[in-house]
Amino acid sequence: MKVLIDQDKCVGSGQCVLAAPEVFDQRDEDGIAILLTDSPTEDQLAGVRQAARICPALAIELVEA
Amino acid sequence: MTDTLDAAAFPMQRICPFDPPPELGLRRADAPVSRVRIWDGSTPWLITRYDDQRAVLADPRFSADSRKPGFPYQGPALKARRDRNRAFISMDNPEHDKFRRMLTRDFMIKRIEALRPRIQSIVDGLIDDLLEQGPPADLVSTFALPVPSLVICELLGVPYADHDYFQQRSRLMISQLTTPEDAVRAADELKQYLVDLIKVKEKEPTDDLLGRLVVSQLQTGSLTVEAIADMAVLLLVAGHETTANMIGLGTLALLRNPEQLALVRAAGDNTDPALISNTVEELLRYLTIVHTGRRRVATEDVEVGGQLIRAGEGVIVANDAGNRDASIFDGDPDQLDVQRDARHHIAFGYGIHQCLGQPLARVELQVVYGTLYRRLPELALAIPFEDVRFKHDMIVYGVHELPLTW
Repeated sequence: MKVLIDQDKCVGSGQCVLAAPEVFDQRDEDGIAILLTDSPTEDQLAGVRQAARICPALAIELVEA
Repeated sequence: MTDTLDAAAFPMQRICPFDPPPELGLRRADAPVSRVRIWDGSTPWLITRYDDQRAVLADPRFSADSRKPGFPYQGPALKARRDRNRAFISMDNPEHDKFRRMLTRDFMIKRIEALRPRIQSIVDGLIDDLLEQGPPADLVSTFALPVPSLVICELLGVPYADHDYFQQRSRLMISQLTTPEDAVRAADELKQYLVDLIKVKEKEPTDDLLGRLVVSQLQTGSLTVEAIADMAVLLLVAGHETTANMIGLGTLALLRNPEQLALVRAAGDNTDPALISNTVEELLRYLTIVHTGRRRVATEDVEVGGQLIRAGEGVIVANDAGNRDASIFDGDPDQLDVQRDARHHIAFGYGIHQCLGQPLARVELQVVYGTLYRRLPELALAIPFEDVRFKHDMIVYGVHELPLTW
């Protein structure tokens, strides 16, 4: 699975970081989401799916391989 | 069903103090997008299903700009003050993001997580005071309100010594019983207080959120003192009233569900942080204290749940009803279950306006729920449950006071 984030949509809620801290982080200067990896491992998938589900700004897209 | 319920008065009355008004559940089942009548005689659409609610709150065709015709205000007092003071909570994009992004840095997960030891020390200090003073005590005034007030004061750079002044005005601003004149005066006074504070920081910038805004926005000419003060009013009011009510009402909910309280007490502090974190999410879902609905107005014709909503019509998203939607939450959503997966609740709203301060609220509540019941294991209500006064008339729901023994 590939993870894409749209930083223009992101509102910096931090929900993705709480759901999958190994995959998402926030930019130091403004809290906007960044990817630590765009190819999560098998055991990170549940957290990534939850992040995409709860992102309030619909800024996370998951592309199934 | 639709005929008899059509355009019923909103907000409706609760019967059980922990549950949304029963009619919201009836509408969620049979008339999930249906009209209600509000205080000014207008008949906005009430949205009661979780999926429809998320669709509306994520859709830019629904505006949060309360100045637009058709916007369904909560009441005359809120209308009067919102018309005067605009903050990003009532702006659409691109304006909204411009302001919100000036603040998102300060509410980042890692920055808020760094505050956890300080929040723990505030919580422990207030519990020490309670133990020293001895029972009974009102949890709201001695603990629930001081915890988030102390924290938001430190974060913003507002002197806590002034807490009576800003708490009193906050209370007037979120009460439905306040007259428009009093609401405007309270908002103006609070804003003036913050304008004065910002001007002091302009001379001598401080290392706190308002101090940083002075340097990054005021001194660069990006924002006026007034605009910063409007944001500061929002952060200060939202920063203490919400968490305070989650502490008071959450404690009462746990006392009424002793087997749940026992689980939380056992997980206290750092022995099972995952259960404490889950408890926070479940109580946020179950209580949904911001309970008068998220308000929007359609800027185009939009279909929601099969119902056409016309441009210019108001909508009220009853997220307290959405958070009890049995098609979304496992088990019986009308029961408190601290082990339920409730992470996808919409107690903080949804869409671009979802609560900016949610990382702070989560850490505050995790520390409180993880500490209070462990350190005061015999906590019990000091008055009959029937005598507890609930905040039916406030925009943020909770209890006015909570006398406890331990």
